[in-house]
Amino acid sequence: MDRQEYNITAYTENQVGLLNRIAIIFSRRKINIESLNVSPSEIEGIHRFNIVIVETEEVVEKLAKQIEKQVEVLKVYFNTNADVIWQEMALYKVPTDVIAEKVLVERLLRENGARAVVIRKDYTVFETTGHREETDNLIKALQPYGLIEFVRSARIAIIKASDGFHHKLQEFERREPSEEVAENEFLNDREQVFTM
Amino acid sequence: MSPQTLAQPAASPAAAPTLAPMTGAVATLQALVAEGVDTIFGYPGGAIIPIYDALYDFKDQLNHVLVRHEQGGIHAAQGYARSSGRVGVALATSGPGATNLVTGLADAMIDSTPVVCITGQVFAHLLGTDAFQETDIINITTPVTKWNYQVTRAEEIPEALAKAFYIARSGRPGPVLVDITKNAQMQTFDAPEYEPCTHIRSYRPAPVVRREYVEQAAALINSAKKPFILWGQGVVLGKAEAEFKAFVEKSGIPAAWTILGVGALPTGHPLNVGMLGMHGNYGPNVLTNECDVLIAIGMRFDDRVTGRLDKYAKQAQVIHLDIDPTEIDKNVKTTVPVWGDCKETLPLLTALVERKAHPEWLARFNDHMAQEVEAVIQEELFPTSEELTMGEVMQQLNEITGGEAIIVSDVGQHQMVACRYAQLNHSRSNVTSGGLGTMGFALPAAIGAKFGAPDRPVVAVIGDGGFQMTIQELGTIMQTGVDVKIIILNNQFLGMVRQWQELFHQRRYSFVDIQSPDFVAVAAGYRIAGQRVDDRADLRPALARMLAHPGSFLLEVMVTKENNIFPMVPQGCSVAEIRLK
Repeated sequence: MDRQEYNITAYTENQVGLLNRIAIIFSRRKINIESLNVSPSEIEGIHRFNIVIVETEEVVEKLAKQIEKQVEVLKVYFNTNADVIWQEMALYKVPTDVIAEKVLVERLLRENGARAVVIRKDYTVFETTGHREETDNLIKALQPYGLIEFVRSARIAIIKASDGFHHKLQEFERREPSEEVAENEFLNDREQVFTM
Repeated sequence: MSPQTLAQPAASPAAAPTLAPMTGAVATLQALVAEGVDTIFGYPGGAIIPIYDALYDFKDQLNHVLVRHEQGGIHAAQGYARSSGRVGVALATSGPGATNLVTGLADAMIDSTPVVCITGQVFAHLLGTDAFQETDIINITTPVTKWNYQVTRAEEIPEALAKAFYIARSGRPGPVLVDITKNAQMQTFDAPEYEPCTHIRSYRPAPVVRREYVEQAAALINSAKKPFILWGQGVVLGKAEAEFKAFVEKSGIPAAWTILGVGALPTGHPLNVGMLGMHGNYGPNVLTNECDVLIAIGMRFDDRVTGRLDKYAKQAQVIHLDIDPTEIDKNVKTTVPVWGDCKETLPLLTALVERKAHPEWLARFNDHMAQEVEAVIQEELFPTSEELTMGEVMQQLNEITGGEAIIVSDVGQHQMVACRYAQLNHSRSNVTSGGLGTMGFALPAAIGAKFGAPDRPVVAVIGDGGFQMTIQELGTIMQTGVDVKIIILNNQFLGMVRQWQELFHQRRYSFVDIQSPDFVAVAAGYRIAGQRVDDRADLRPALARMLAHPGSFLLEVMVTKENNIFPMVPQGCSVAEIRLK
């Protein structure tokens, strides 16, 4: 089976120690996490983990089940890049004098959709968001002009097919799960979306 | 430092009917009493002194067993849980007290044993300062607990413990650790009346049963010519022994067990065809690769059961009943997954399967058993050689106990002999360290098993190596007067490793030659009666004396030094390649 990038999305409680509990599911199997982002979700009090790994579908499916098994994890989905809208953000620090002098640089930045966040006498910080290739391209482009510092954020991703977690949560909060919750989409049609 | 909070907001004080001022320590013990705990295994220390101080006033409600090492404490709690079906509780202090629990937690995790450990921790304001006896037990135990939580304020205690017990016992059971800082133990707060936890929104103990899978499974079973049942501890943990028996008897399908599942169906049942795995019986292993439908119930296809996975039951359609969704398709691809508690799913399945018998197929198992008896079992149980065998000790024990005893075994050759040959009439009669293979498990687990099932005889079967790993728990036996019968099967070797060195490492016996003290004299030092047996003539009378003895007894049996456990599926081989010699 082919290894490719998978985006794992986990909805969780906000609990000290949960990050470690999830991280060791990967490290125990000697799987490297390419990107990890923890943020609030569309629901107050519920956190959303975005984890990117390069693995086969079979492995990702098992990992997703293991994550969902943790007591404080509500739900886990996994998707290929084609099934998500994703972005990464990058910051670039370059010497202001070079930028000011070279028209070429200005055009370059515009082409890459970058915008200035800070402009100081000694340096300027640009920001861009996009896919990995896009943020990478700008590094390469800026390198000849004295790129001083570069940083890229973790990936954040929105699932194309998802209609959010609000109504799922209502079911979780009910003591007796409804038939809908009991439904096992994964086992039903072996789709890429895993759900319990 | 931000205060830690439980995932869900605590019940508002307005909802609580009564509020009583009490310390965190008292609230901890009240929670235990409210959860129905009667026995706890523990060892005091600096960071848990407030709880021990409170315990002084709970002597009527909680029987505290003072162990000799925290590892002994948690193994005893595991033994208690395994024999009783209730949650075992262990208490330890911070730092080394807490880290000594780790082996037991790992053991309970892999063997799905419900245990709640309560550890003391340094004052909250000292966390992270390398304080005396401070260790980060939450992060240390995260991989080996189903759930863990650090309490830093007394108000959190009732809810944290309610969750701990609920999580430990529900769904697929497992160990839970609650770490309580000393200030939280000492702090006085207005405690609401204790409310057990019955629901955690992010936690699904059991998936809901899906009827269509049950129907598919039944159809597959009804069409099978050579169906074969494998069962594991899930049947015992689900308290589904009766439902399981009904299913086996109606379907008429031969059934084999993992070492943690043994006893769920009596060993003497006509459809019980024996043990699976590396040292399991001949027929169940060979015929795994011949059956057409494999029905796995509450078992997890451990590598010791499957042998080489890519040659395991490839011809069979697999039906897997399990409460834990992560087990489905983990090692063996499933044709029909039947998620859910087998207490629920088995009756549904039984209703849909046709009443059948499979006489020719069953005869295949019996033929293989006859071959195994001839090649291995006859000589092991009724040896013609001069030296004593482990198997004959179990045979004689069976004859005297009639299969009524709880057998607690350690890890190694004697464990395989105990599991293979013990006659067990009842469920919860075999307590052993299966997944982790923890040497030193048996002695403390036997103590706990006796507290968990005080009306049943408990016999610990231990090797000379494993016994020396937790030998100090003889002190616990001495002090509590608990009635545990101990059989040491002494072959003067670390026998299982020696067997591998003999078979696979050209007899290079590297550090397996272990010397032992005079075990009977050691027992006498702890005021425990004992006897050593060297000759066959003395074995039966000594076993009878041991079982009739009022109180604990240690019986050391000198067995032949270089015996091997057969049959054996060598590592890396398929189950069909099992060797009889």
